[in-house]
Amino acid sequence: MYDPTVARLTYRALLGRRRALILGALPLLLIAISVAVRVLAGADDQTAADILGGLALATMVPIIGVIAGTGAMGPEIDDGSVVYLLSKPIKRPTIIYTKLIVAIAVTMVFSAVPTLIAGFVLNGNGQQIAVAYTVAALVASIAYAALFLLLGTVSRHAVVFGLVYALVWEALFGSLVPGARTLSVQQWSLAVAQKVSGGDLVTSDVGLTTATVLLVVVTVLATWYAGQKLRTLTLAGEE
Amino acid sequence: MTTLSIDHVSRWFGNVVAVNDITMTVGPGVTGLLGPNGAGKSTLINMMGGFLAPSTGTVTLDGQTVWRNEKVYRQIGIVPEREGMYDFLTGREFVVANAELHGLGAKAAQQALATVEMEYAQDRKIATYSKGMRQRVKMASALVHEPSLLLLDEPFNGMDPRQRMQLMDLLRRMGDEGRTVLFSSHILEEVEQLAWHIEVVVAGRHAASGDFRKIRRLMTDRPHRYLVRSSDDRALAAALIADPSTSGIEVDHGEGALRIQAVDFARFTSLLPRVAKEHGIRLLTVSPSDESLESVFSYLVAA
Ligand SMILES: Nc1ncnc2c1ncn2[C@@H]1O[C@H](COP(=O)(O)OP(=O)(O)OP(=O)(O)O)[C@@H](O)[C@H]1O
Ligand SMILES: [Mg+2]
Repeated sequence: MYDPTVARLTYRALLGRRRALILGALPLLLIAISVAVRVLAGADDQTAADILGGLALATMVPIIGVIAGTGAMGPEIDDGSVVYLLSKPIKRPTIIYTKLIVAIAVTMVFSAVPTLIAGFVLNGNGQQIAVAYTVAALVASIAYAALFLLLGTVSRHAVVFGLVYALVWEALFGSLVPGARTLSVQQWSLAVAQKVSGGDLVTSDVGLTTATVLLVVVTVLATWYAGQKLRTLTLAGEE
Repeated sequence: MTTLSIDHVSRWFGNVVAVNDITMTVGPGVTGLLGPNGAGKSTLINMMGGFLAPSTGTVTLDGQTVWRNEKVYRQIGIVPEREGMYDFLTGREFVVANAELHGLGAKAAQQALATVEMEYAQDRKIATYSKGMRQRVKMASALVHEPSLLLLDEPFNGMDPRQRMQLMDLLRRMGDEGRTVLFSSHILEEVEQLAWHIEVVVAGRHAASGDFRKIRRLMTDRPHRYLVRSSDDRALAAALIADPSTSGIEVDHGEGALRIQAVDFARFTSLLPRVAKEHGIRLLTVSPSDESLESVFSYLVAA
């Protein structure tokens, strides 16, 4: 199921290009803001929850997910180099599964780790807020990576669509329109985080059971479908 | 011994028919796929390589369907036309990765790099390679598993004469070893020099098939029909019929034109304007009346 060569090619592509700069810049920004807030306003649980919820989980995690998820497959299809993977006796779902693992790992490293650091900077993990949001970031990383890997496999404009989804749907609708929240990776991951924190600063609109089921279903379906799409991926001449 | 069979294969993109009902068999030895730009060569090679589904018809490799069957890649090596190839790797890393994806190791990769004589630059990033070097590394990646079928789309593009000769030698050697090698090109000389067998594709159709002597002969011996209008049809007819390249002339009163049949195409195309000039006749229309085949031959001559 997992192919180490495909994994190596994928993470080198992900961490080798300009992508790596963006991947690194957002977490640094989050930590810088956290330091500034702590220095200027002191430690406060509510502030910590606001920044981790609004900036880290609602904005940074999905953007990192878009970059890692679409970047794990999209560029190879765009420039045609995917032909070197496809012209091998390797099952297509193996290629997708391996790329998913890499995309999840990269998303987790660049989103959950800085979330944890920012949380400790903001209020020293008071009320388990840092840990709760880190868990949310870890959980969300899995679903985002799967969704955006699929998007990168089926669309040439994956980054644009991905960012629109991440920013408009997750950040805007997700916080404004109640109905949209049920269908938001962010809310599902918050449901898990709520369970971890136990306090009332981390809350979700979705129940834990619903959230878990939806997370699993979306991740599995997206991965399966991406595998099917890759099986019938068509390489046509250069336009 | 590997045989690739293309059976009544067509492929269209929306309204564009890129490949139109082609049937051919590619066997051991070197086969050249010849055709002008946009003829459908890449589309055909993509279907042969299992990267594109035929709209109708089948492509099989020794009886196995190629489309959606990744097992066939144990036997197929591919040199794509496109340039994209993990530029951030060194040549060696790239070929090793390709070997690993076949379940082979660094030894197979090293051998392939030696075969294409790229060892001297194997530790440089692919991004720094010239077009010919990229082409050779692509070739190495296609050879790591010693495939019995090798598909190459425009492999000589951008190569200098020395690199071209090296690659031709290599492909010739692979053909001599009994492998099935198919390459595409839009240059007749290239195909003539290398291919034992030539398949000509024009505008999506299979226009001709045979060794280069046969293709040349088709080009020169076949009677060609033209419809010609001029300022003095009768004088022109009299002057042309004196030359052996013209085998028949008919005055078509309804059309107000001459119907000319020429046997030696190359000679006739230079004769016609010369004769007209010598006799002070102005040519008003010269159009081939056998459109599809004419375009093949005029193309073959022009290349
Ligand atoms: N993905 C596609 N979508 C639409 N049309 C396509 C596509 N791929 C190829 N075509 C069309 O199909 C025809 C054949 O194209 P193809 O690339 O196979 O030609 P070719 O013989 O390889 O040409 P060249 O020598 O330029 O490489 C062309 O008219 C081309 O525009
Ligand atoms: Mg082409």
